[in-house]
Amino acid sequence: MTAPAPNFAEVDVSAWIGSYPFRDVPHPDPEVLVRVLERERVARAWVGWLPSAWQRDPSAGNARLLSALAPWRDVLDPAPAVRPDWPGWMTELAKQADAGAAAIRVYPAQWGLGPGHPALSELAHACHSAGLPLHITVRVEDVRQRHPHDVAGDVPAATVRALARANTGCTLVISGAGRELIEEVAWGLTPGERALVWFDFGWVWGPPDDHFAQLVRGLGSGQLVHGSQWPLRLVQQSRALVSLLPADVVVRLPLPRPKHHLETSAG
Amino acid sequence: MSDTSDGLDRPARGTDRESPLIAPDASRRPLAGDAPLIDVHAHFHTDRSGRSDWAMYNISRLRAGERIGLDAHVASVLGSWGHASPTYFPSPDDLTYANQWMRAFAQRDAARAKPADQRLFAYVAVNPNHAAHAVQEIRTGVDQGAVGIKLAASRKADDALLDDIAAEAARHGIPILHHVWQDRRREWPNQDASDGVELGRLAARHPNTQLLLAHIGGGGDWAHTLHAVRDLPNVHVDLSGSGIDRGMVDATIEALGASRVLWAADLTLCTGLTKAWALDAIGLPPGALDDVRWRNAVRLFAQATFSHHGEVLVA
Repeated sequence: MTAPAPNFAEVDVSAWIGSYPFRDVPHPDPEVLVRVLERERVARAWVGWLPSAWQRDPSAGNARLLSALAPWRDVLDPAPAVRPDWPGWMTELAKQADAGAAAIRVYPAQWGLGPGHPALSELAHACHSAGLPLHITVRVEDVRQRHPHDVAGDVPAATVRALARANTGCTLVISGAGRELIEEVAWGLTPGERALVWFDFGWVWGPPDDHFAQLVRGLGSGQLVHGSQWPLRLVQQSRALVSLLPADVVVRLPLPRPKHHLETSAG
Repeated sequence: MSDTSDGLDRPARGTDRESPLIAPDASRRPLAGDAPLIDVHAHFHTDRSGRSDWAMYNISRLRAGERIGLDAHVASVLGSWGHASPTYFPSPDDLTYANQWMRAFAQRDAARAKPADQRLFAYVAVNPNHAAHAVQEIRTGVDQGAVGIKLAASRKADDALLDDIAAEAARHGIPILHHVWQDRRREWPNQDASDGVELGRLAARHPNTQLLLAHIGGGGDWAHTLHAVRDLPNVHVDLSGSGIDRGMVDATIEALGASRVLWAADLTLCTGLTKAWALDAIGLPPGALDDVRWRNAVRLFAQATFSHHGEVLVA
């Protein structure tokens, strides 16, 4: 009897359920995600409600998210969205923390929150107090294919740097960043600031340009986590990148879960 | 050739024009599985690419190909990749040099290989604005072993200047791999990019020419392309590109049929591997999976002799 293969990652930090406004996405449903996680040897997923990024008030989407995930909470953790320039956001954050959120999602590009916007640091402070990481999506689609109405653009590195420098103590999880943004952020922070920023790396290029290998050589893999952006993207990409690393570059598996406030303060 | 401990087959009389080859590695199970796999959209760099790491780029491509389990790279060099003339508007001199370099690289690989074990195959890349040069370059290339024509974005695909090239392709029985921007809604810098509709017009004018629409995942709206070329049986689609939209691979095969879809990687072998795994996950019938992985390439590139573990592949 052979031992089961080890997990590829402890958590997929960047999954969603729900529909996408700009194209049809096949069955973006929690029961499908659970099967995909099992197939890909990923223990759990932080799951957001995809339509929330384009809705003015994300609270209704958060309610639908919790309801949809209820049968699957042994594997799927809610990552609800909180819009920090919307009335009552602190109440919404507290409600979601009580409901067992694993992280809080924010969409600065879609909600018009630019670099240094005070609402973002207020949200990060509040997340830190609640013991929750703050999850930021840099992009959900390649800029070359976006719908004409999708004009939000990518979250710039300056937004992430400003937030990381705001001394909130909050763990930041950055999803959808390429090599340039990751390096710009990482090398633009003090080591202490950088320690609180985690990156999923599914948008980084592998061979033959080997951006991922160069990234790991330069920064190490200690702040890298698995994020698939399912159901928009194929989930195998992070595994492909790790599998194709040159022999001199090693990434420890399973890819870890980002440490958040409680773990880091305990250490 | 000396097979060195670092896995590189270096030329006995190395020059700075030559790129090391990679010794085949049968020690590990291929990441994409044991079945044949052909990359019909590959690129290499030369010493005139203007990047000091050009040879490392080539080594990386070959190494990753070995790890994935590629049986063949069908490859082109786009002139000087912007160094001496623009990537998508390459000069005749840059193209001639690049095409000769690519054929020499493939021939060195063939000389290294056992019979029926060649891994590198050359396109001949041309710029339709230099019509006479393009036709001559194709004839020279085919005489010297090129197996296809590569058109980038020097002219729109439906331009009359492409007619002679398309006719030349049909005459030699070789396909044209054409750079395509999926649903180009505006002009993009540095290229005269075509979309599926424009390539479709060329296909309709040349029904005996086989066209390979490049990188369905290479930017733009791939769904637009599927509608544009669905009814054109001489248009085939390669799956390459950095885009890994979920649903794209399934929709492409559903729209065109597995017999018109070819696996490829282009500039990102990582997304190529992801799509190879996705092909497994979506549960294609075995025949259809083989079509996409290698059989369509064998059919389309009639001038190439592809092999798998020393056995010639027959469609």
